[in-house]
Amino acid sequence: MVIITHYGYSDGSGEYYIVIDADKCIGCAKCIVQCPQSTLELIDMLIDLEDKTVAAVTEQQRKNIKYACSPCKPESGNAPCVMACEQKAIWCVWNPR
Amino acid sequence: MEYWRWQEYHRIFSEKKWKNKDIITAGVDVGSVGSKAAILIDGEVYSWGVMRTGSNSPDSAKKALDWAMEGTGLRVNDFKYIVGTGYGRVNVPMANKAITEIACHAKGANYIWGPSVRTVLDVGGQDIKAIHCDETGRVTSFLMNDKCAAGTGRGMEVFADLLKIPIEKIGEVSLNVEEEPPPVSCTCVAFAKTEAMGLLRKGWSKEKVLAAYTHAMAIRMGNLVKRVGLEKEFVITGGQSKNIGIVSRIETALGVKCLPMPDWRDNGLDPMIAGAIGAALFGKALYEKAQKS
Amino acid sequence: MITVGIDLGTQTVKAVVLKDGAVVSRGKAFSGFDPAKSAQQAVDEALKEAKFSLSDVNHVTATGSGMEMAPNANSTISMMGADAQAGVFLFPKARTIIDVGAEEARAVKCDDNGIMMDFVVNERCAAGAGAFIEAMARALEVKLEDMGPLSLKAERASPINASCVIFGESDVVTLIHRQESKPEIARAIFDAMADRISSMVHRLGVNPDVVLVGGVAKDVGFVASLKRKLSIDVLIPEYPEYAGALGAALVAVRRAKKV
Repeated sequence: MVIITHYGYSDGSGEYYIVIDADKCIGCAKCIVQCPQSTLELIDMLIDLEDKTVAAVTEQQRKNIKYACSPCKPESGNAPCVMACEQKAIWCVWNPR
Repeated sequence: MEYWRWQEYHRIFSEKKWKNKDIITAGVDVGSVGSKAAILIDGEVYSWGVMRTGSNSPDSAKKALDWAMEGTGLRVNDFKYIVGTGYGRVNVPMANKAITEIACHAKGANYIWGPSVRTVLDVGGQDIKAIHCDETGRVTSFLMNDKCAAGTGRGMEVFADLLKIPIEKIGEVSLNVEEEPPPVSCTCVAFAKTEAMGLLRKGWSKEKVLAAYTHAMAIRMGNLVKRVGLEKEFVITGGQSKNIGIVSRIETALGVKCLPMPDWRDNGLDPMIAGAIGAALFGKALYEKAQKS
Repeated sequence: MITVGIDLGTQTVKAVVLKDGAVVSRGKAFSGFDPAKSAQQAVDEALKEAKFSLSDVNHVTATGSGMEMAPNANSTISMMGADAQAGVFLFPKARTIIDVGAEEARAVKCDDNGIMMDFVVNERCAAGAGAFIEAMARALEVKLEDMGPLSLKAERASPINASCVIFGESDVVTLIHRQESKPEIARAIFDAMADRISSMVHRLGVNPDVVLVGGVAKDVGFVASLKRKLSIDVLIPEYPEYAGALGAALVAVRRAKKV
């Protein structure tokens, strides 16, 4: 099973998402600890009628993701959150036009 | 300010009757423009109501539910479980639980169109959601765009205003071209508007300009769908689902035909209440789970 | 040595005449429907003020989004290159140049010779440039030049959807109906823009001195918000919107010497 959540947006300047697979995520918060921008947090998501604690992008940053995440150079594939995750549950889609 | 004017209404499937032992659940979906409530008896739609949200969303939740209840004889404590969802899902005070609108929308689409639905594109007044789900309506991948107006009802309204075409006609007007023009080069509505004015000065007709803009918007929405994974069957919901210019161009962009809209006037279910139906279905499942333990 | 720099922007064309390393005159025209014609107008205006004719000019370099359309240009230079040259000319210690125009914003990192080393561009989304402020001013029913002073009266920013010009416009209209404070709305608009621009600059690294140019640099509201977000002082020249044309004119000097 996969439960892939894309946090971010696409607009005239390109597409920018932090992607989290809520099925793979174990809620360990290592990505949150590594993030220098306070972009990530833990939330409860209803999965198969149970609340599961998983990582997510904060509400304030969802529309700001291009600016919040760009200092970490997400297009390189080595953003700190991605490197911190042992489950490979988080990755970045970064395509400026 | 609404972009697709629709009538407030409520409906009861009066051939159903409820009894106290039934699992009666309600879902309330408070959106930025419309508030919807659906009442289910043992997981089947019994009644629903749709109304404008206005400025006070906790009040809208109660009003929407009251309206769905009107004429049914039900009172609020007859409900075994109430689930709130939508934009203001935290503002459904009578709800037992709040669940994300994405999950509720997928469940509702599965109810309305059946287990063959895998991809849902919901285009509203101010946001676009692309959802991929399985045969039970469980979400497997999704994205929500509410950062950029391109493709939303609000963006279309900017063009309807610019070209002085009534909003309910922009679909058919955009199809009134001999040959499909290339899409406008700017996705951004503000810049596309400037580009459109340039095209009008070059002698392009309103129809051709609208077609070029709609073409660009359809490509954008197609890309959002591809990002979550396009799989048949595909359905389009939300206010823009009534824009035939957008629907036909998305089908072309993706190479897939979407399932037709059920005609709710004919005792079918309006896709606008998909979220509320999904919420009420979750309510039933959560109630049954609680009973088991 | 007399050179001319032309900056063909999406909204306005600017021209600068440079003689022996000093700015002699400037000219400006709306880009409108015929940018080439407007460019000619801007150049003619500047030459007239300088009392030169085109034959006196050693080299003309064009920059800006419409640079290919410049009439009588001997060469072109990227906007980033022009910004770097102008920044260091105006402020010799400048190492980070921020240029916020009508439709595009960019940040440029340069060395002490005004040679561009790295840059970040923010384009194709109106919320990232001057177009955002203009649209919000219209929605607020305030003159563009009054937006800055108005915003300085506010202590806080109202919560508006500042991620998109179109959504922002609807939000502003709703807030006005609810009689919310216009200064707070204006401040929210500048704070949102400053937030985006400063994040963009952080991508390059903020190397002092930091110089701000482009039409939006004239706006006191934006400048106040940007200084707050960057937590560093920002230098602004007297004619910030002419920086691109000035940079192009400086490049023209180097190019004239080569030939």
